[in-house]
Amino acid sequence: METLQYFLPQVWFVILAFFLFLYVILDGFDLGVGILSLTSSDEQRRGILMTSLSNIWDANETWLVLMAGGLFGAFPLAYSTILNALYIPILIMIFGFIFRGVAFEFRELSQRKIFWNLAFGVGSFTAALGQGFALGAVLKGIKVDENGHFIGSTWDWLSLPSILVALTLIQGYVLIGSTYLVWKTTGELQNTHYKTAKLAAWTTLIGAVLITITTPIIYEGARMRLFQQPLVYIFALIPVLGVWLIWQLLQSLNRKEERAPFIWTILLFVLTFLGLGLIIFPYIIPRQITIYEAAADPSSLVIMIIFIGFLIPVMLFYNLYQYIVFRGKVTGGEYGE
Amino acid sequence: MEFLSDSIVLSRMQFALTAIFHILWPVLTTGMGIYLVIVEGLWLKTRNPDYYLHAHFWSKFYVLNFGIGVATGIPMEFQFGTNWAPFSEAVGNFFGSVIGFEASWAFMLEAAFLGIMLFGWERVNPTIHYLSTILVAVGANLSTLWILTANSWMQTPAGGELVNGKFVVHDYFEAILNPFMINSVLHMFFATLETSLFVIGGISAWYILQRRNTAFFSKSLKIVLAAAIAVAPLQIYIGHLSGEQVYHYQPTKLAAMEAQWKFSPAGKPADWSLLAIPNAKAEKNDWEITIPNALGYILEFKQNLSQPVRGLKEWKPEDRPKMVGLIYYAFRIMIGIGFFFAGLMLLSSLQWLRGKLSADNISQQRWLMWGWVFAAPLGYIAVESGWIVRCVGRQPWVLYGKIRTVDAASHLPASNVLVSLTSFTTVYTLLFIAALYFSSRIIRTGPNLDLPIPGVEITKPAVDTTPAEFVPDERPVEAQQ
Repeated sequence: METLQYFLPQVWFVILAFFLFLYVILDGFDLGVGILSLTSSDEQRRGILMTSLSNIWDANETWLVLMAGGLFGAFPLAYSTILNALYIPILIMIFGFIFRGVAFEFRELSQRKIFWNLAFGVGSFTAALGQGFALGAVLKGIKVDENGHFIGSTWDWLSLPSILVALTLIQGYVLIGSTYLVWKTTGELQNTHYKTAKLAAWTTLIGAVLITITTPIIYEGARMRLFQQPLVYIFALIPVLGVWLIWQLLQSLNRKEERAPFIWTILLFVLTFLGLGLIIFPYIIPRQITIYEAAADPSSLVIMIIFIGFLIPVMLFYNLYQYIVFRGKVTGGEYGE
Repeated sequence: MEFLSDSIVLSRMQFALTAIFHILWPVLTTGMGIYLVIVEGLWLKTRNPDYYLHAHFWSKFYVLNFGIGVATGIPMEFQFGTNWAPFSEAVGNFFGSVIGFEASWAFMLEAAFLGIMLFGWERVNPTIHYLSTILVAVGANLSTLWILTANSWMQTPAGGELVNGKFVVHDYFEAILNPFMINSVLHMFFATLETSLFVIGGISAWYILQRRNTAFFSKSLKIVLAAAIAVAPLQIYIGHLSGEQVYHYQPTKLAAMEAQWKFSPAGKPADWSLLAIPNAKAEKNDWEITIPNALGYILEFKQNLSQPVRGLKEWKPEDRPKMVGLIYYAFRIMIGIGFFFAGLMLLSSLQWLRGKLSADNISQQRWLMWGWVFAAPLGYIAVESGWIVRCVGRQPWVLYGKIRTVDAASHLPASNVLVSLTSFTTVYTLLFIAALYFSSRIIRTGPNLDLPIPGVEITKPAVDTTPAEFVPDERPVEAQQ
């Protein structure tokens, strides 16, 4: 039983990280496309952008719902403390989601599309911003008492580092959104997004470099972890790999490849996730609460593995299936019937 | 305005507002999902193009409601953590897992196949498409299953006990199959179905009254009527069973539902109050109409009570629900609507049997059709009333008999909650107006009967049959309205 108490929370840490990763990739390009739609001046283009998401945005967003539900069940203490601490960033994200979510259908039915275009674009931006602040705040650490309950104040999440994380996340979403559009569109629209992808690759790189440099300086906890043997070699490798991936990405954009940029971007996200995971683990709230302290009872974790675990391959299968059904370039005009 | 500085009261108001608003949308999608399965099945079986067109037309309402349902559902999931952190921590072992089950069993299924159902008509073969429509309906209804499981457990927490303020589960299946679970799931399942049937029926009746596509809409009216013949009486029966369970498990709620202040002993008949003005301060009804000896019949179909009905006065004021009047009237409204639906169903069936609902003469049934139009919004009112009885009646407990609502709220600055509550109120008002406006547009535009039917040769002359609404409007914005 002793080993189970370590093993089960670790299993759930990995499962939730996987859900979060899928979310960041899939809804990441959704949100990125939404943010990019703000720069589009032409109604038909915006129509194509939204059509490229119409059948998938909701399933993509559901990975976050799944992650949050899983967190609630597997690590109730983390779920309650993090959300309690991040009242405002969560609110920002939620209102972003609300506007973005209703925009798809309302825009379709509306004659004054301008308002719902804005709702889609600004909603996507706001949702990403809220997520960025939340991520930044969790990385920075949340003030808790000896029971793990939040004791900080309302605005703790707002700091220069969390702003930096939020801006970089937005750049990352714009990057993956651009490469998704490169993959799914043709002609002038595709050309535009070759350009936005390049720009976003640079801004993401700048953000990533700043975060990489400042993290060990600002956070003692992260510093200790970074220079720990033998992890230090992996941590030394991650920035090198990151720069190499961005270089590959830029090359593939220059060569006007269609799918490779999207794949390079996904690999960049994988790398970031690995790095973050290694810095955080075994904490779920860095330097405050470990996954073992926050975990639900072992019996709950087992029941959840039975009730949710067996569905993971099924969910992956039918999500993949619908990508196959809707493969190919988006031409617009399909939406609505 | 003392409550403005009490973050617990504000959190409760926010939860009530967001829950009351959210449930409006999934009610239609879960119920209408089943209707879409029926019409698409009829289309595949009979190859009558009307059924294909029905599937297309009604799915417009489906997707409109679905979008708002998702957008307003996300705040619900996060709210447990933001505003009810102590509750989330205490019940995470069970309640949290169930929220996770809902996302993985229900949402993903519905979301993934909705795309194929809406946009996949020409991309997959008819069998796969039909399967997608079925899976969308299954996904939506699995959501009912898990949410009602979670909520039933809050009413009758079974399968474990509180240890140091945390609920420790001994038996997960006992917790899932808690005493209220099966009836509650069925009651909500039939509630969503019945509401959707009467919405579809009401919109169809409106077209029939307008003499627009009468033959087309008499079809949908008859489909929903046929379904209502089974659903309306069954719902009344399940509602009765639910009431009987409240009588056994939640005496404080029952006393509030019936505005009973005094003790009524077992083995004897008791009076039933039909209408009353409950006065919580004076602990009595200021005015009431009672039906002598009827309470036993209402609760268990017999004159003498098998167990006592306890009166509210027997509990200390802090141990019983405060808003007796609200619970009492919400309960009566729900029941009234249930019986109205059954009556409308009976009357319509009678006319159907007499051959008065055929495509040629249905539009002469003006009163009956107005009855259906009037019934369209009633299901929503019944659902909201039912939830008010269920959750306001559960007070002062969040987990009945175990955790008090006041102990379950996060310690937040009141200003935070005030800001979020105000934002939700504003945004939801806007969404509500927009949803009504766009629904009425869908209704005014009507079904597109010129859609190309799969497998049917186009025999029409070379007229542009592309519906106008799909052509992007490229005029400058100012000129568009």
